[in-house]
Amino acid sequence: MIQAALEAVGVLLALAPAAIALSLHARGSAIVYGASLVVTALLSAIALVALLDPAHPVTAIVLPIGLPWLGAHFRIDALSAFFLVVVNFGGVAASLYALGYGRHEVAPGRVLPFYPAYLAAMNIVVLADDAFSFLVAWEFMSLTSWALVVSNHKDPENLRAGYVYLLMASFGTLVLLLAFGVLAGGTGAYDFAAIRAAHETRAVAGAVLLLALVGAGSKAGLVPLHAWLPLAHPAAPSHVSGLMSGVMTKVATYGFVRIVFDLLGAPEWWWSMVLLAIGGPTATLGVLYALMQRDIKRVLAYSTIENIGIIFTGLGLALAFKAEGSDFIAALAFTAALLHVLNHAVFKSLLFFGAGAVLTATGERDMEKLGGLIHRMPQTAFVMLIGCIAISALPPFNGFVSEWLTFQAILLSPHLPSWGLKLIVPAVGGLLALAAALAAACFVKAFGISFLGRPRTAEAAQANEVDGFSLAAMMLLAALCLIGGVLPGLLIDALAPVANAMVGNSMPHQSSVPWFTIVPIAESRSSYDGLLVFAFMLLSGSIASVAIHRLASDRVRRAPAWDCGFPDASPAIQYTASSFSQPIRRVFGTLVFGAREIGEMPPPGSAATARLTVVMHDLIWEGLYAPIAKIIGYATLRINVLQFLTIRRYLTLVFVALVLLLVVLSL
Amino acid sequence: MILVRDLIVQGAQMFLVLALAPLLTGVVRKLKAYLLRRQGPPLLQPYRDLLRLLRKEVVLAENASWLFRVIPYVIFAVTWVAAALVPTFGNGLLFSWSADLIAIIALLGSARFALALAGMDVGTAFGGIGSSREVMIASLAEPAILITVFAVAMIAGSTQLSTVAEFMGSSAVGLRVSLGLALFALVIVAIAENARIPVDNPATHLELTMVHEAMVLEYSGRHLALIDLSAELKLLLYISLIACMFLPWGTAEQGAGLAALAIGAIAYVLKLALCACLLAVFETSIAKMRVFRIPEFLGAALMLALLATLLRFVSGSL
Repeated sequence: MIQAALEAVGVLLALAPAAIALSLHARGSAIVYGASLVVTALLSAIALVALLDPAHPVTAIVLPIGLPWLGAHFRIDALSAFFLVVVNFGGVAASLYALGYGRHEVAPGRVLPFYPAYLAAMNIVVLADDAFSFLVAWEFMSLTSWALVVSNHKDPENLRAGYVYLLMASFGTLVLLLAFGVLAGGTGAYDFAAIRAAHETRAVAGAVLLLALVGAGSKAGLVPLHAWLPLAHPAAPSHVSGLMSGVMTKVATYGFVRIVFDLLGAPEWWWSMVLLAIGGPTATLGVLYALMQRDIKRVLAYSTIENIGIIFTGLGLALAFKAEGSDFIAALAFTAALLHVLNHAVFKSLLFFGAGAVLTATGERDMEKLGGLIHRMPQTAFVMLIGCIAISALPPFNGFVSEWLTFQAILLSPHLPSWGLKLIVPAVGGLLALAAALAAACFVKAFGISFLGRPRTAEAAQANEVDGFSLAAMMLLAALCLIGGVLPGLLIDALAPVANAMVGNSMPHQSSVPWFTIVPIAESRSSYDGLLVFAFMLLSGSIASVAIHRLASDRVRRAPAWDCGFPDASPAIQYTASSFSQPIRRVFGTLVFGAREIGEMPPPGSAATARLTVVMHDLIWEGLYAPIAKIIGYATLRINVLQFLTIRRYLTLVFVALVLLLVVLSL
Repeated sequence: MILVRDLIVQGAQMFLVLALAPLLTGVVRKLKAYLLRRQGPPLLQPYRDLLRLLRKEVVLAENASWLFRVIPYVIFAVTWVAAALVPTFGNGLLFSWSADLIAIIALLGSARFALALAGMDVGTAFGGIGSSREVMIASLAEPAILITVFAVAMIAGSTQLSTVAEFMGSSAVGLRVSLGLALFALVIVAIAENARIPVDNPATHLELTMVHEAMVLEYSGRHLALIDLSAELKLLLYISLIACMFLPWGTAEQGAGLAALAIGAIAYVLKLALCACLLAVFETSIAKMRVFRIPEFLGAALMLALLATLLRFVSGSL
């Protein structure tokens, strides 16, 4: 099993250099994406078998590459099998989409070679079973995705995004390196089995938790380490944006889960405090940032931050219950987090693909230059609508199920003994509820401004529906949003082995409950039946429709819009993205963004125009990143003096350095 | 045989809420008119309005999309299903387990999502203003009601409405501060969600004060009838919700006989009448708020709900 998986990854790696030659070829992109599609489909199948087959043994292999005394360890257990499914399923969808979307690439030579390499890197991270291969694959994943981010290098914005991304990715890897260094201890036991067997002291384990949170969290996009994400994710080509947001953030989550739930052993109660204190605000801040954006891909990138916040909140709850010993509830919270990993991978890929389709059709990412696309691109609009409802956590789609499970876990937490948790859990519950409501507002805006109303520019008015491959990929994902929403019990059962391995228990078997209901604890406590609710909605909608059309009236007359008697022909009269979110900006923005509106009215009688200026600050950037950049800039300026010394001074420096080193050694 | 009986009871509830919803709105209107010393429209006027609208042709804006035509049916279906799942005359009906309290609130969220999109479809300024304000109100009302639900669910040990209602009717519940706070928050949210004064005025067409009416401005004929009926159902739903949790007396137990169901139905109608009176009195005695005062109003609900939840976390008996 592991051998087959590694061979498939090898094919992806071999595809990368081949793609350099193929990118010159007219059908090169079709070949590369087609091959990636086949290989990732194969890998998905392998991962699914490993996850679902209860008799399947955990398989491991050691290859004689890498560090000579260590070799490269690879292994598939339940956790890596689940994340392999997420990675490769995302790969299948992205490759299928790119079969159509990739044809519009201006410089395929800058995308094609890195794409399969990037997919391979994410697979290796999940398969790796020692710290060295893990970190090498992690860094390889960062670098290949960086290359894809700057693939459109003519845009200075993208270069800046790439620069910030490279810095943050290196920082993240550095911190993870420290985490593994601390884990391996003085003996240098870098393979995961040895780390698992060793028992760290409490202080060491706590330090590793914080390092893992910073290292993996910076890749996942936890606030305040998120600054690179909304720059880098939208800059890449849309299928890669989908992979970065939908899949790579999940690989980062995998890294965190692997270290904290698997390698570290028994948790302490304060670990969950840290996670909850970061996860809750991440969710709310992420969606508030998303609401303030005009660029559709940036909205999606910020909303990824929100969803990562939800996932880490679930993981935090799981840690809290695990530390307290109620592993049954820990399994509920953990399953909720994993289900959200899967759901978010599905709908975020879908939404990025949709944004890519809009970009192909209109050349625009700015929502204020779109509008009315539902008429020109009906199929894209339909699947985007499903994605928007699903990500807003509304029934009957899949996003609701994972949020519902997270809420159920929160409702079980008054029994937690520690006072810190008693106070923080309701606050986090409130933040999640706020995030859910704001997400709905955000996606009403995203869909409404771009797809509904009247076209605001000529490009939007002349948009054409995208190709069949892109549509097929999006429809596949949209169908999964619905299936995940109406048959969540099957997914929860599939996650049972992962929960068993990580928190020592799993949720009750859901397939045996009649009518595909999900019952997390007991039926008297809570249950939800997506299938039945969906069937009821279909039924009552059809009854209403048939009854009214038969018995009352089915006549329709087209007429100009009413608009209270004052219709205006100009599409500029419509609400824009900024005006739509103005009330929310006024309610939340003054605090979070220091937002101010300055209205300048001309004096009475003057014909000058009135102006409204909105000032907003990114307080995290200004308060955290800018000072750090300033300090580094100041320090480098001072150190820069060393570059222009005379030879005598250099010799003195070398001499002093040598003496110092010898003194240190002799001590 | 039991299954058939349960099916009939569940179906009776579905059609009961549908039949009572316009009457409830009629009663509230009539009471408000009396309080203003006016005659007021007849009690059955909402039914007549619906029938009239259903028979009329639909005048559709020229650039309205398919979504605009589908959304009234979606909103109606979702609201109807949600209303049918809230206990009215009896607890533990056949399908009551298929969606718990959180799911019912999320269903209403789906309806609102659809309505806000409908407001933006035609591309008029009024539609946009309505949708934009609606999502602002929802972004505060929805967390407030969810946290209220958390408080109630943690006291009752369940998010299942029937179980909650049974618990509230039992002697185990006692007098709790957190329940009082939750009730207060729930009432505020119910007022905001149903576009009642002081948040919105269901009887106005003055553009600067409209939220709900602005979104549905382009609707006519059967589409408007469905949307009006959904709004009436939603009012009924919220009152049923408050009644089943905070006025749990008289409701029939699970699997009760015909007599108990009849008593439950009478009790339910009395509860509706009581809440309609309170709503009418409240609405006549208060003035409409400016739009940007609404966040403070709803923020109070949010804080009360959070306080209720916090109290539950720090003490089992408050």
